[in-house]
Amino acid sequence: MIKAILVFNNSAKPRLIKFFEYYPEEIQQQIVRETYHLVSKRDENVCNFLEGGSLIGGNDYRLIYRHYATLYFIFCVDSSESELGILDLIQVFVETLDKCFENVCELDLIFHADKVHYILQELCLGGMVLETSMNEIVARIEEQSKLEKQEAGISAAPAKAMTALKEMNLPQKIKDIKLPDLNLNLRF
Amino acid sequence: MAMSTTMDQVVKRAKDSFGQMFDKSLHDLVRGIRNHKDNEAKYINEAIDEIKQELKQDNISMKANAVNKLTYLQMLGYDISWSAFNIIEVMSSNKFTFKRIGYLAASQCFHEGTDVLMLTTNMIRKDLSSSSMYESAVAMSGLSCFINADLARDLANDIMTLMTSTKPYIRKRAVLLLYKVFLNNPDALKPAFPRLKEKLEDPDPGVQAAAVNVICELARRNPKNYLALAPIFFRLMTTSTNNWVLIKIIKLFGALTPLEPRLGKKLIEPLTNLIHSTSAMSLLYECINTVVAVLVSISSGLPNHNASIQLCVQKLRILIEDSDQNLKYLGLLAMSKILQTHPKSVQAHNDLIMQCLDDKDESIRLRALDLLSGMVSKKNLMDIVRKLMIHMDKSEGSHYRDELLSKIIEICSQSDYQHITNFEWYISILVELTRLEGTKHGNLIARQMLDVAVRVESIRPFACNQMAILLANAHVFIIGSSSTTVAEVLYAAAWICGEFCSYLKEPQKTLESILNTKIILFPGHIQSVYYQNILKIITYLIQSSDNDEILAKQLVAMTIDKMSIFLSSGDVEAQERASITLHILKTVLKLIEKSEFNVNELSALFDGVLNPVAAKAQRKVAIPNGLDLDAWINDPPSESEDESVTTDSRHDNSGFFYGKHEENYSSNSYSNETSNYQQPRNYVEPTTDELEKQRESRKQSENMNPFYLKDSKKTKLTQKHETSIDHSNGNESMPSTPGKGAIPANLQISLSDQLYRQSKIDEENRRLKKKSKSDGGSSKKGKKSSKKSDIAAIDENEDDIYPTVQVTRGGELPEGVTESGHEDNDDDIGSRKNKKYDPHRALNIDFNEKPIQATYTPPPSQLKEPSKKLVETPPVS
Repeated sequence: MIKAILVFNNSAKPRLIKFFEYYPEEIQQQIVRETYHLVSKRDENVCNFLEGGSLIGGNDYRLIYRHYATLYFIFCVDSSESELGILDLIQVFVETLDKCFENVCELDLIFHADKVHYILQELCLGGMVLETSMNEIVARIEEQSKLEKQEAGISAAPAKAMTALKEMNLPQKIKDIKLPDLNLNLRF
Repeated sequence: MAMSTTMDQVVKRAKDSFGQMFDKSLHDLVRGIRNHKDNEAKYINEAIDEIKQELKQDNISMKANAVNKLTYLQMLGYDISWSAFNIIEVMSSNKFTFKRIGYLAASQCFHEGTDVLMLTTNMIRKDLSSSSMYESAVAMSGLSCFINADLARDLANDIMTLMTSTKPYIRKRAVLLLYKVFLNNPDALKPAFPRLKEKLEDPDPGVQAAAVNVICELARRNPKNYLALAPIFFRLMTTSTNNWVLIKIIKLFGALTPLEPRLGKKLIEPLTNLIHSTSAMSLLYECINTVVAVLVSISSGLPNHNASIQLCVQKLRILIEDSDQNLKYLGLLAMSKILQTHPKSVQAHNDLIMQCLDDKDESIRLRALDLLSGMVSKKNLMDIVRKLMIHMDKSEGSHYRDELLSKIIEICSQSDYQHITNFEWYISILVELTRLEGTKHGNLIARQMLDVAVRVESIRPFACNQMAILLANAHVFIIGSSSTTVAEVLYAAAWICGEFCSYLKEPQKTLESILNTKIILFPGHIQSVYYQNILKIITYLIQSSDNDEILAKQLVAMTIDKMSIFLSSGDVEAQERASITLHILKTVLKLIEKSEFNVNELSALFDGVLNPVAAKAQRKVAIPNGLDLDAWINDPPSESEDESVTTDSRHDNSGFFYGKHEENYSSNSYSNETSNYQQPRNYVEPTTDELEKQRESRKQSENMNPFYLKDSKKTKLTQKHETSIDHSNGNESMPSTPGKGAIPANLQISLSDQLYRQSKIDEENRRLKKKSKSDGGSSKKGKKSSKKSDIAAIDENEDDIYPTVQVTRGGELPEGVTESGHEDNDDDIGSRKNKKYDPHRALNIDFNEKPIQATYTPPPSQLKEPSKKLVETPPVS
């Protein structure tokens, strides 16, 4: 089982928090901070597994993480999950984000936290892996976006124009997440 | 920044003129927060006020927008549970866009205890059965996060229905959600299980994978209920090509094999096939893990399981040699599992594991260290420790170095020094460890020194003189003592030199070096040991000088002279000991001057042998007949102290204090004591008769009391002869001698290296000797064959060629008690506690129960405990 999925940046700012078990907000933030402390002091070229922090789980839990440019993706899992499998799952997640946002960067995650959640919901459910094929996930997400657009219909046009107007102000989107080679040796 | 404020104004103006269409969106909120880094909290609080206004409007799109923003704020740590009702409103919208926003918010902040959840049952039911599969999916995703017992009970059937949906997209979600239903409502498991089982053979691989996933979760906690499914899983394993499914199944088999060894035997072949064929490292790794688990559970009876182990170890070697740190780490992890049952196979890869000690990744180094401790044998212990010592010199980071140090001690001391063949070497290693800069393990080293000296009688002469060198160089430990605890070794050194001073080469010199140390700079407990042992050494010196009064007088006078400085110690305990020692010495000096001194009076202080006591000894002491530990020794103190004072003053309580039984004087009589202080008139001078009587009765009770320490006539001198050096074979030259005092200023440069080399030479000699002996014996046979068998014989009986050193293992126990029983193991309590909170306990449901039972499902508390019983492990000795 996956107990939690965290995404935060190099300065511990949360970008996505998903707990599959209830923790009060205070504890959630504490877990983010503690996890940040654990992973941020690790070198780039060390292994991606960590014995779990004291706050989450216990002996049976491990943190499996990947670091992409400015972001850490951390999965907290118990021993029923395969370490290498989860590493792949993180890769699938990030590749899917990359596809859905067209060259994903931290800003995409900042401004579209809701969409990131929707993508994650296609990937796992209740802490169990649901779908591991990127193409399948992307197709489903696109269909749902279409549904959304249909519902908004004609009335959404002015709002869209407004958003476009506001976007002009955005500091130019820096596409700073650089994905590592996609042909991973661990791929199935 | 200027740009953004003008834009804000534009937006505001636009908002004013266009109305609600331009409410602050999530996008605006995020941007606003980023633009108000200095007063983020204030900005957010204002935003929350706005949101509260928006939620009051009737417009559902405005509400949805507000809830969407709240979900974002929840991520930043804000409690949004106050908006639960609004979230439900948004969830109940008939637009997919809003519904999704509502369900996301609910999944992030609702939980078991959210009271509005009871309002949601019908709404969720409607959404689950929605004609739009995305609406249904959104509802299931949300439900998986906030499902509680009521929802699980009320919606179980709806979810079961979804499992038969025509769309795999729905089916696989329903299957996974079912697991959450079981967790929250264990009663649902039994009726739902047949359908779940069907899904193992669903035409869609995704649904199949989901079913495998759920059953694996269920079986992981209560494996024995799922043994019956083994054939289905076995078939899946040989047919499926989905690696996620394969990994889950293989992991599940790892949990099942301990319960059914026959299953394990069947598994070996397909698993080894997979190991050979797969290119996915994750699958390979899990296969190896399960093969290891199988081999552990069927340790005998499999003809060629050696081949399987070899294959695993070989493949793991490839993982460990890989440049990918993750594979390296996992390879080492799996190696440690093999090590437990097949240490020999792992030992062959000694070199590889040693290499990992040099890895840049600390977690890999620590894994490699873990492995090393399991790999040591008599044969390679010295080599491994030598490499670790070299490694320690090179390595950086005091944390890792300390880890190395404690590992060295751990592997040397494990199973009561089972692997140590040369204790001189070990002592010199310990002495060298004291030179590790800034170590926090001074205590550990000290304890080892004490333990070895006490347990290994034959090492005492060597240990004593090594310790004397440490004492002579005690000043080294004073410097920089703030960040390290290495000075602790002086505690051990002083005690060993004192207790076993008869072995000291130059006791007088050692005494002098002790007295010339600035002892008061050490921590109190070390000072105390110093003072006590000064007295021991003096006693020995006087004793061994045949009552040479001049020498004795000179010694005592000198010591008194030096000791007086120590009276200024800042530690109460140490100061007290220094003072007592000093006064004993002064008394001795007085007696010597009067020529009335008898050394036996002094040596009586340190009589008796100190033996190791078993850790459980105290617990094993039987309670004497007639002793009730729960009974009050004295009457319990009354509720209020004032009262007790008044009652005491009314009654003549002199009996408490000056009664015939001194035992009455216990902590309980404190209140009486105070009352006595308040009433000095009650003080009655006892008459000489009474005093005599009291003394008499005290003596009597002392005699009766088995715990009272009596004089024993045994003196230490006799012991000295008992402890003759008993090196059974080899090592007769006692290589310790060159060590002593050779390089006093620098401690020993590398005595352990000398001893290491000596040991290796001895070992080789013994091996040759043995070989020539057996060669002679088997000369009748053909030469070639005899050679082969000799090598084999030597390999098998390696242990023969090592000297056996007598080690006092275990410890003393009260009479008639054996060191078995684990009846009061502390671990018990911990694991029992864990079980209590394990929700999976309730899911331990036997599917083979008679169908009559189907209508009645016992409450979870009455269900059987999982079969995972605490295995009684034999004590390590």
